[in-house]
Amino acid sequence: MDQVLVAVEGLCKRYPDTLALDNLSFHLKRGEILGLLGPNGAGKTTAIHILLGLLTPSTGEVSVFGLSPLKDRHRIAKRLNFSSAYVNLPTNLKVYEVLNVFSRLYLVKNAAKKIKSLLDLFEISHLKNRVTGALSAGEKTRLNLCKCLLNDPELLLLDEPSASLDPEMADTMRGVLKKIQKEQGIGIVYTSHNMMEVEELCDRILFIHQGKKIAEGSAEEVKRTFKSGSLQEVFIKIVRNGDLIL
Amino acid sequence: MNESVSRINAMILRYLYLHKRSVSRTLEVIFWPVMELLVWGFLTLYIQSLAQTEVSKIIIFLINAMIFWDVLYRSQQGVSISIVEDIWTQNIVNLLVSPLKIWEWLTATFIYGTAKILLIVAILAVIAFGLYHFNLIGMNGFYLIPLMANLLFFGWAMGVFTSGLLIRWGHAVEALIWGIPFLVQPLSAIFYPLSILPPSVQVISKLLPSTYVFEGMRAMIRDGVMPSSYMLTAFLLNIVYFFIAGFFFKWMYAKSRASGRLGRLGMD
Repeated sequence: MDQVLVAVEGLCKRYPDTLALDNLSFHLKRGEILGLLGPNGAGKTTAIHILLGLLTPSTGEVSVFGLSPLKDRHRIAKRLNFSSAYVNLPTNLKVYEVLNVFSRLYLVKNAAKKIKSLLDLFEISHLKNRVTGALSAGEKTRLNLCKCLLNDPELLLLDEPSASLDPEMADTMRGVLKKIQKEQGIGIVYTSHNMMEVEELCDRILFIHQGKKIAEGSAEEVKRTFKSGSLQEVFIKIVRNGDLIL
Repeated sequence: MNESVSRINAMILRYLYLHKRSVSRTLEVIFWPVMELLVWGFLTLYIQSLAQTEVSKIIIFLINAMIFWDVLYRSQQGVSISIVEDIWTQNIVNLLVSPLKIWEWLTATFIYGTAKILLIVAILAVIAFGLYHFNLIGMNGFYLIPLMANLLFFGWAMGVFTSGLLIRWGHAVEALIWGIPFLVQPLSAIFYPLSILPPSVQVISKLLPSTYVFEGMRAMIRDGVMPSSYMLTAFLLNIVYFFIAGFFFKWMYAKSRASGRLGRLGMD
């Protein structure tokens, strides 16, 4: 169970006018949920894009399943999945058609059965013949989560997945993630601005600000480090006094 | 009234801001009229140069050329429209992080595009036969296959090149999807022979596989036979263009990945 799924060491990403990631190091073990937290522009999405092989790092070492996301993207992609509040599924296809296409891309066995179970799990079976573009924001998010779990991934990269969900559905989603974490030993990198959700879901938290790691540990450890009663307070402290902390 | 002027100014400014950030949008303003003038101007010169007895053949040339041009245009569109559709719907990142390999994706667009072209050509052939007594198969015979295959390959090469631009620049270069085939159109001597073009332009035209296809088509309609060197030259040039387009796509992909654009495609 201690197998390392993601290892990041001294990661930097420089753009001509910005340093998006500054010597960032972290790891994720199998069966662990890591919360990647930080204000807008902190570098969370940049880090996730590097793990996905969508972005070339300037310096540093990155490995996913012991492989390089740049050189072995195809081998890694089979074993992970990704969902983001900022990425859509094809708006002109029906819900079932979307999942059917992606189940073929991920070579899912017994695809019809898998699709049905996921649609049931996220309570959108009644929408399977609806065009994706006509779904509400919350329904689209649930469809995205169905797509995410199609290939029984060993690693999930979730970029603000609950951004458009109502509290009840967000709770269901957290329940599902906890369940698959326990049953399948899946590793999850999770970004969110909902601190309560992060506290409830994540085993470990990595706070980043201006591309740098500010704090790392369990929610309790992070709160103790910043002498705060809640993660919300920690977040505000970091954003308002970030320069001092850095 | 002053308030209206201010609001009208605001909207004009809104359109001008787009030109400031998109060279392709600015070029588009002059691109289409210039291309149309070139094609129709050269065609007029060609018709003027024909003897009275040859004028009747021009109809056959034009119908055949129009169908063949559509093969070239649609094969390029088949690739680039398929890619841009996933940019429009903001789905492209889902594909880029899936196990789908780039060559598999492009192959799918080739196959899908070819199926559409076969359908379009069949419909055009039936209409041309019904309305103009023009027999596409009878006119081109066995040569129909190599002629169309060469246009298809060149269209794919252009499609891969355009897709490389899309992967690198996203929405900013969308206009080029439609523009690039029309940039090739006046140079390919589609509706008039190569000899109509000025000698300096002919040098460029001879570098395009499409020129040899359309010259070959005219030779066949005029003389009943097509010099095999035309098809061979077109084929060899297509191989060169296909490799260039492939490397260009790979280069653009790497640049996009380094700049961070790849993960933001469709979101800007």
